Amino acid sequence: MTYRTLLAASAVLATSALSWPAAAYTVFVSNEKDNTLSIIDGTRNEVIETIAVGKRPRGITLSKDFKTLYICASDSDTVQVMDVATRKILHNLPSGEDPEQFALSPDDRHLYVSNEDDNIVTVVDTVTREVVAQYDTGIEPEGMAVSHDGRWAVNTSETTNMVHWIDTTQGVMIDNTLVGQRPRHAEFTKDDAFLWVSAEIGGTVSVIDVPTRKTVHEIKFSVKGVQPDQVQPVGIKFDKENAYAFVALGPANHVAVVDMKTYEVQETLLVGRRVWHMDITPDGAWAYASNGVSGDISVIDVADRKVVKSIKVGRYPWGVAIAP
Amino acid sequence: MPAALKHCIVALLLVLMPATTWAASDIRLAYLSMTVDRPPVLSNLDVWPEDEGLQGARLGMADNAATGRFLKQTFTLDEVVLPEDGDAADAMAELAAAGHRFVIADLPAAALEAAVAAAPPDMLVFNAGAPDDHLRGAACRANLLHTLPNRAMLADALGQYLVKKRWTKWFLVIGPRPEDAAYADAIRRTAQRFGAKIVAEKTWDGDFDLRRSAATEVPLFTQGPSYDVLVVADEIGDFGEYLPYQTWDARPVVGTQGLTPTGWHRTVEQWGAAQLQNRFQELAGRTMTARDYAAWAAARAVGEAATRTQAGDMAAYIQSPAFELAGFKGRALSFRSWDGQLRQPIGLAAARNLVTQAPVDGFLHPVNEMDTLGFDKPETACKREGS
Repeated sequence: MTYRTLLAASAVLATSALSWPAAAYTVFVSNEKDNTLSIIDGTRNEVIETIAVGKRPRGITLSKDFKTLYICASDSDTVQVMDVATRKILHNLPSGEDPEQFALSPDDRHLYVSNEDDNIVTVVDTVTREVVAQYDTGIEPEGMAVSHDGRWAVNTSETTNMVHWIDTTQGVMIDNTLVGQRPRHAEFTKDDAFLWVSAEIGGTVSVIDVPTRKTVHEIKFSVKGVQPDQVQPVGIKFDKENAYAFVALGPANHVAVVDMKTYEVQETLLVGRRVWHMDITPDGAWAYASNGVSGDISVIDVADRKVVKSIKVGRYPWGVAIAP
Repeated sequence: MPAALKHCIVALLLVLMPATTWAASDIRLAYLSMTVDRPPVLSNLDVWPEDEGLQGARLGMADNAATGRFLKQTFTLDEVVLPEDGDAADAMAELAAAGHRFVIADLPAAALEAAVAAAPPDMLVFNAGAPDDHLRGAACRANLLHTLPNRAMLADALGQYLVKKRWTKWFLVIGPRPEDAAYADAIRRTAQRFGAKIVAEKTWDGDFDLRRSAATEVPLFTQGPSYDVLVVADEIGDFGEYLPYQTWDARPVVGTQGLTPTGWHRTVEQWGAAQLQNRFQELAGRTMTARDYAAWAAARAVGEAATRTQAGDMAAYIQSPAFELAGFKGRALSFRSWDGQLRQPIGLAAARNLVTQAPVDGFLHPVNEMDTLGFDKPETACKREGS
């Protein structure tokens, strides 16, 4: 459905409560400078609840069964565990100091947490709630990702400019791949063939071949009317079909759509100011992007590649996670 | 750190296996500075840190080492702090003889010029202590780079913001010292560049103690001209702190006091700067200053080159178009080929808040907006590139 017909549809349905055609889902947004979580009802695209969480919440991620939400409360030095159904904080996990981003193993058992101020990745057992391992990284570990097959856990260190590869079968860090300046985010493609890593200050996304751990392609971006050094890739998400990548370009205020086969940047979509991270709805239809400086969320129609709405949330929205 | 975690860590498996494809190398840097006797100032609230600059260099080296361990690179810093009457040229010659090829020089302009004159051509010197414009102009050198912003850059950063606010009528107050005159020169240049007007200019020569008499002296001193902002040039911070809230008309104070352009400030927190501030605080037990930042950036420039070239021709790489440094200011930093100055955003800071960061929106440049600050290529007086 295009935006135009959608608008027409909502006009017709103005008296009814239903004004959004998507399936029911819930969008969680962490507000870094408000110490809150905004909860958006995906059928109405409105904030329905704002709940208090720990200090400086940044990375958030859902368990595979969507029952549990993990929240990095950076300045509280903890990871909070929230029950999605009741929206209550169940307990805290030991996370190491200043947790910023994290990733869950495919079985939801281990949480890999980057401890930005300590140059460490902490591995937490989500069941026993104990720290089971720590790995030394470069300076300011930030991006975390675990491959879908569970073999690799990777971390990007922002000042060292490397991807650190942890082989989870051996429990050792076995390799490092040098990437562009200030790597922010890492994302495995759905087939685990490639790892995409964004370099915020380098202005590029490195596509790394997972078996060889070598960079095979570097994607550059340009946005009309924006100085090249303001094009700063941060968040990366792949669509459901593993065909197109969405890359948030920070202060360029655009999200790029990249063909994952040709690496061609097909479009750049105007969103809010300093766009950081994104998540895509489980049905693959909508992408939600957090705009740090403008304090809102942009809703993107994935198929039509149109920004259809912006939703005001708290101050400095950072992470986005979507539950059905 | 939660107590529970401390117990856990004892039993932790700390695992690190560095990649084996790199050849081991040790990269040596020297930090050269000189004790400077600071004249007494009226505003003596702040104690000047004696290790200013040095702690920045140390943090930069620690950052380099943290990256280096993945590449089998180690980093060594030799610290040389000369007494007030020390001979910087001799010290530089000694460093050269000891095999140093990268020196972070945190020196006043005259000592820096003497030191660079004594440096061999294959030694790269980073100026982290002297903001003097002539070092980027007629006195520039092929082997001299500058990580500290010069006065023209600072004045342009301030000027961009004032012009954007349409506060274009400036009342310039100049202190009695030579560096105050140099700061005022930079302000005049900026006014001309961005179309602002200096409507009044006065030299501060009061020899009274303003803590007691600011309320009577400053209103009289500032009475008369019609202006938008009072621009003060008082680099050592002698009297400038007493101007705000005492002017005859209700006008903001900017320049060396009030709203101040600076290469670094404790209020900078975006772009990951909070992490750098935390690291510095932990290392030095105080906040990071612009001089600390300049020394840090110099050390990191060498570290970045070591990473990217695998400790190859680092000096050439640093000055090549490929070089970029993530400096926690939201843009990739690099050195201007025409005068060796590190192009960088400049913060405009009040005591407890960062008002904005220049280049200010709307000041355009065909190549890089950061080159709207300070000496751009067409106006350089430096013959560094030989052209």
